Amino acid sequence: MTELVSMSSVQYPVESLPELWFAFVFAVLGAYLLLDGFDFGVGMLYARADGDERETMHAAFGPVWKANEVWLVLFGTVLFAAFPAVYANLLSRHYLLIFAILAALVLRGIGSKLREERDSDRWHRVCDRSFVAGSTLAPFFLGMLVANWRFGLESTVNGTAIAVGLLLVTLSIVLGASFLTIKTRGDLRRTMRRYGRLGSVGYVAVSLATIGYIALAEPGGSPVPSTAETAVAIGGTIAFAALGIVANRRRQDYGWALSVAGLALVFVVFLAWTMLPAVDPAAALSIREAVVSPVALTVNSVVAVTFVPLIVGYFVLLYSVFSGPATAGDY
Amino acid sequence: MTTPFGWGWTNVLDPVVAGRAQFAVALTIHIIFAALSVGLGPFLVYFVVQEIRTGKQRYVRLREFFTKVFALGFVMGTVTGIPLGFMFGTNFASFSRVAGELIGGPLSFEAKMAFFLEAAFLGILLYGRERVPEWFYALSSGFVALGAWLSAFWILVANAWMQTPRGYELVERGGRTVAQLTDPMAAFFTPRLPWLFVHMQSAAIISVTLAIAGIAAYFVYHNRDSEVWNTALRAAVVVLLVMSVFQVFHGDLYARHVADTQPQKFAAMEAQYETSTGADLHVIAVPTSVDALDDPRAENLFTINIPNLASFLASGGDPSAEITGLNEFNYDSPPVALVFWSFRIMVGLGFWFVGLGVWGGYRLLRGGIRASDRYLIALMCSAPLGFTALITGWYVTEVGRQPWIIQGVLRTSEGATIGLSSAEATLSLLGVAAVYGTALVTFCYLVRQYVRSERERLLPPTAGDGDSGPDSGSNSDAGQQVVGSDD
Repeated sequence: MTELVSMSSVQYPVESLPELWFAFVFAVLGAYLLLDGFDFGVGMLYARADGDERETMHAAFGPVWKANEVWLVLFGTVLFAAFPAVYANLLSRHYLLIFAILAALVLRGIGSKLREERDSDRWHRVCDRSFVAGSTLAPFFLGMLVANWRFGLESTVNGTAIAVGLLLVTLSIVLGASFLTIKTRGDLRRTMRRYGRLGSVGYVAVSLATIGYIALAEPGGSPVPSTAETAVAIGGTIAFAALGIVANRRRQDYGWALSVAGLALVFVVFLAWTMLPAVDPAAALSIREAVVSPVALTVNSVVAVTFVPLIVGYFVLLYSVFSGPATAGDY
Repeated sequence: MTTPFGWGWTNVLDPVVAGRAQFAVALTIHIIFAALSVGLGPFLVYFVVQEIRTGKQRYVRLREFFTKVFALGFVMGTVTGIPLGFMFGTNFASFSRVAGELIGGPLSFEAKMAFFLEAAFLGILLYGRERVPEWFYALSSGFVALGAWLSAFWILVANAWMQTPRGYELVERGGRTVAQLTDPMAAFFTPRLPWLFVHMQSAAIISVTLAIAGIAAYFVYHNRDSEVWNTALRAAVVVLLVMSVFQVFHGDLYARHVADTQPQKFAAMEAQYETSTGADLHVIAVPTSVDALDDPRAENLFTINIPNLASFLASGGDPSAEITGLNEFNYDSPPVALVFWSFRIMVGLGFWFVGLGVWGGYRLLRGGIRASDRYLIALMCSAPLGFTALITGWYVTEVGRQPWIIQGVLRTSEGATIGLSSAEATLSLLGVAAVYGTALVTFCYLVRQYVRSERERLLPPTAGDGDSGPDSGSNSDAGQQVVGSDD
């Protein structure tokens, strides 16, 4: 490469800063999949609920989803800020998929927000459909994007992408059931516990099917995860799912929620870890090739170190103000 | 055949043109919601603080009404704003690669500093009135407004860099030329930033003030004694008077800065093709033929000129200063018609707002606005015009920079995604136009619903049957008792 007189004269303040940013990008993605994941789950489980239960679910979901969705914006912009070439490649390569994700998020957001605006059955029906459809399609399309990114696939629609899409849909259902178990009481809560157990078993099944498909059907992308990495991922997934089911049975709701978060963690770590050292496998770009200059990365780091703790503070505050069971009248 | 915008009809499906149209449609609609947050934020803080300080019912009503509008606008702003960030990657991938270090940073700062703040505390503002102490509720409204302002700040940092790029050098990386950040302070605080920021925030405040004034005028017109809406009306008129006058003076200075830093944009604003000294300013320009709409030049317009004033303005006082004409530049001109007419609409509206402000100030001094039908009607008709001025002003800024996406560094055509098919680009253009159009229409429809239900609260059922017209004004006397219990 033609690098660069000026680059050699400036160094990263921490030698592994580009790798730390890679980790940060995926941590933000993980936070998004976790937080908006339970919103998506609420939206999907909503399809199975009746009138009063729906009001309760909206009351649980209403105050927090907007803040959760911001993690997607943060993910996009930190990827742009640290690895602009990857951002440009990924988004232009999977052009229509990006717009499909955005359209799904629009359906979800508009559906939930506009429902309360008019008191007519027809209006509620239209908004509810929009809410459920958006909440189902968004994690599915996100999974497709993540799979295509990870395996460096040029074609947008393929078996691996669909499998990972279904995986994120299942994960979101479990997350949503866990969140609603904490936020509700009575029959609805019992139903959510049951869906949570079913969903966890489903998630393990879809995980195994996905990994089997990738191993057998040769996704055509790279780098292929090693057997050891795959074994750790399977082991972690089964362990967290089992822990979750036990906690769920014992009605330890927060323990169950932590186990579900563990499932999301295994997913994101597997995704990122097995991609290394590439950050854009399809373009054969490594972290060091794609990362911005030391000056830009240092500025980004200063801002991130200052503001990410504040952001975590906002979330602690928001969730503690709206802690406790949600009741239908609140929304 | 060339359109007024300089694009051939035959190229409608060209992916670059479709991508630009998509960005233009998306931004035109998003900017309304963004400006709504910026402009309404300070009003919300005022209403919340007054509510807590005075305990008066009228501020509770105003807070409730405008918090609903704000929340709806915020959701629409999020829905229409998230895709915009992603469109840098989908449709302007080459630009994103070249300018990632300079644009990606500010966009991520916006997310970190502004969006989380706004989204988290809006939850409290909307649903937390009974859950948090009063002082904290007031603080939350302040954080929501601060979030909106910080968001605008970082977006304008990125945009100002595209107008007057500084603090970078062009280097080779991986076989491509990219802009590398060398001096963060210079890159973030470019010469354009203070002008753009002040002008844009003022425009947002004026837009929202006019909308509030229009809504308040509507209620006052139908119920002259509504304490709630007379309060809102007085506040809006005072803000309008101050801000509209400020904006005219600031805009004048800003235009001089543009003449210095982007002379071809200034020339397009004045449709000045030949370099001249002692250039005239076309205060009012009326097209005398269809051609003049499409291709404005001094000779085919009916204009009222102030001799030498363009030179005088551009130079900051020298009536014989030289204005560089568009023909002097060795690259394509921006679409002159769009810039020229947008600029005239913006400036014309700006003077109308000053007129409204002064008129309202006079009415206030003379003992009340509520008695003047003519003034109330003028305010109602002007409710959306602030946003019109803001959007046309944004066209001057963005279209006037063409053919550059980064002034003097990268052309817009070079910044577009390579290899995008016209089918993909057309499909997304249609989708974006449909979704954004629906978002805007839904927003307007729902605000109309809010206004209707507020009107039902103001007027007793017997008086509420006349929709508008002269009768409703006198009917509203019957509503006095209901409204008398405002405070």
